[in-house]
Amino acid sequence: MTVTDDQDRAAGGPAVTELPEDITIATEEGRRLAEQLQDESSRHARKLLEVKNLSTHFFTSDGVVHAVDDISFELDYGETLGLVGESGCGKSVTALSLTRLVPNPPGRIVSGEIIFDGVNIMKLSGEEMRLLRGKRIGFIFQDPMTSLNPTLTVGYQIAESTRIHMGLSRKAADDRAAELLSKVGIPRARDRMSDYPHQFSGGMRQRVMIAIALACDPMLLLADEPTTALDVTIQAQILELIRSLSDEFGTAVILITHDLGIAAGMCNRVNVMYAGRIVETGSVDVIFENPRMPYAWGLLDSLPRLDEQKGARLRTIEGLPPDLINPGPECRFSPRCPYVRDICRTTEPELSPREEEGHLARCHGTEPGGWIQ
Amino acid sequence: MATQTQVLEAPVATRKSSGLWRDAFGRLVKNRLAIVGLILVALFALVALFGPWLAPYPYQQQDVAATAPYHGPIPPLTDGHVLGTDELGRDLLSRIMDGAQISFAVAMVVQIVVLIIGIPIGALAGWFGGRMDNYLMRFTDVIYAFPDLLFIIILTVAFRETWFGRALDGLLLVFVAIGITSWITMARLVRGQLLSLKETEFVEAAKAIGVRDRGIVSRHLLPNAIGPVIVAITLGIPGAILAEATLAFLGIGAQAPRASWGSLIDDGRDFIRGDPHLVFFPALAVAIALLSFTFLGDGLRDALDPKLKGKQ
Repeated sequence: MTVTDDQDRAAGGPAVTELPEDITIATEEGRRLAEQLQDESSRHARKLLEVKNLSTHFFTSDGVVHAVDDISFELDYGETLGLVGESGCGKSVTALSLTRLVPNPPGRIVSGEIIFDGVNIMKLSGEEMRLLRGKRIGFIFQDPMTSLNPTLTVGYQIAESTRIHMGLSRKAADDRAAELLSKVGIPRARDRMSDYPHQFSGGMRQRVMIAIALACDPMLLLADEPTTALDVTIQAQILELIRSLSDEFGTAVILITHDLGIAAGMCNRVNVMYAGRIVETGSVDVIFENPRMPYAWGLLDSLPRLDEQKGARLRTIEGLPPDLINPGPECRFSPRCPYVRDICRTTEPELSPREEEGHLARCHGTEPGGWIQ
Repeated sequence: MATQTQVLEAPVATRKSSGLWRDAFGRLVKNRLAIVGLILVALFALVALFGPWLAPYPYQQQDVAATAPYHGPIPPLTDGHVLGTDELGRDLLSRIMDGAQISFAVAMVVQIVVLIIGIPIGALAGWFGGRMDNYLMRFTDVIYAFPDLLFIIILTVAFRETWFGRALDGLLLVFVAIGITSWITMARLVRGQLLSLKETEFVEAAKAIGVRDRGIVSRHLLPNAIGPVIVAITLGIPGAILAEATLAFLGIGAQAPRASWGSLIDDGRDFIRGDPHLVFFPALAVAIALLSFTFLGDGLRDALDPKLKGKQ
């Protein structure tokens, strides 16, 4: 092994990237990450991302909000995972937790492990996290109108992360930024580098955000409702762009959305979240064809359909999501569930396997021998 | 589907990129009062920089003999002295033009000191918040609570004999002392700006690509606060000029034969019954300078305030 390694090096094999000089590596885990970052050819872990029992709480004056409560999931290299659920169910907080960007105070990751490409990022120092952010993990935010700095040129904002992480000179970073800008479909990219965000439309700004997120060729792209602020036609273009670029770069994507249509079209697998918990997970086909959790039914049922009777009311899930301060021992969906039985009000079901491979659901009623078929 | 990235090709015509500053300048030139202010400020700067060459006489040149027929100061528009002379026959216009240099220098130096002290304190307090914010702002309150004039006088007396106290005939010390009492507004302004700006999404976006705190504050936040800062600087200049004039009136600062506008007024005080021009013209110069900076500052505020965009 050592011999081949040496030969590799001698032959100019794996590229050795420079690390940002201003980051002090302090922890053991940080040293592992640094080594890994310097050897681009390495793939250390079987999974790109393993989240184990992650809980993120917000400590407010009203009490502790269990925004993300003991969730676990995995992600393969190049896979697209959807996180779906209604507002306030913990989707965005999950994404922020993965980059440790949860606003603190009041938020804090209270327990759990996040293993990213074999490195436990919970053990990294705050400084060392900057090695990952932008470099290995790209982030697309919801509202492109406010996520770009109005006083900096678009070109500068795209070049910024390549200058931090790839050690590029100003000139090289500008070239890279222009290349990215044309890649995300901005015409006359060279000329528009010196424009300010207010000179771009919403859709084009989101393209710029995508260019920023992909600037350093990350392994994971976190897209937090990337199309919510855009109109429907632009939505399709942006999603197509994310899909084609993530295919091209082999980037894994976690797509956060409350639009099941988007999840169905984009994702390999879907996690349905409710009240800080993952309530169902499985391949996209299974989730849409044979969901085994009444909340997922409700979500699917509430989609408007093309064959809808004119004037018919949209169906909704009755009730409101539960208060996440001190959740009780019951199934969190039980107050709104039409199939609820006594057991649901006393014990919360486990996330347990269903018929298909990799399909898990959190429901007493659909467990083997349950009352819902 | 892959061709979708080409969709936007057509509608973008060639159009000159218009920056934020160009927009702001466009709004500024539409404001007549601001333009009057700008022209007067430019004139003021011109006189300050080239006064010695523009002035009809050297400011210290005495012509005691010429004053003899008048038994004191020469009145305006006599013997080639447009604004008259003082009791020693020194041309008042030349002395005011020389004083402009001092007033302009005080305007610049004080604002530089204000920037050097005010921005870091405001930025640290605003960015870190919490305990840091508390300590820095209480420190600011203490400075604010201390009587300005007393503080300046103590400083100038304490450091008079050092090299710093002797620089520029002791004027530098006075300027810096004024600056040290004037940064409070700037620190509070910058703190307030950062407190609101640091909650914006583009800060989160910058963190998400691994920009360090220092970079976020200096490259992402402070440029967004620059509009209000420029306005505060412009509106702070009259205060500095006035402070210098007050000190000169009290005899601190410019030493004879040099005279700042404040000390000219002080000198003219003795002749106010017979020769009011000795007080009137320096005071007029102070008033015009203050007004022009205030007009310009108001215009800049309107031009740089995004909330007023589109209103005309």
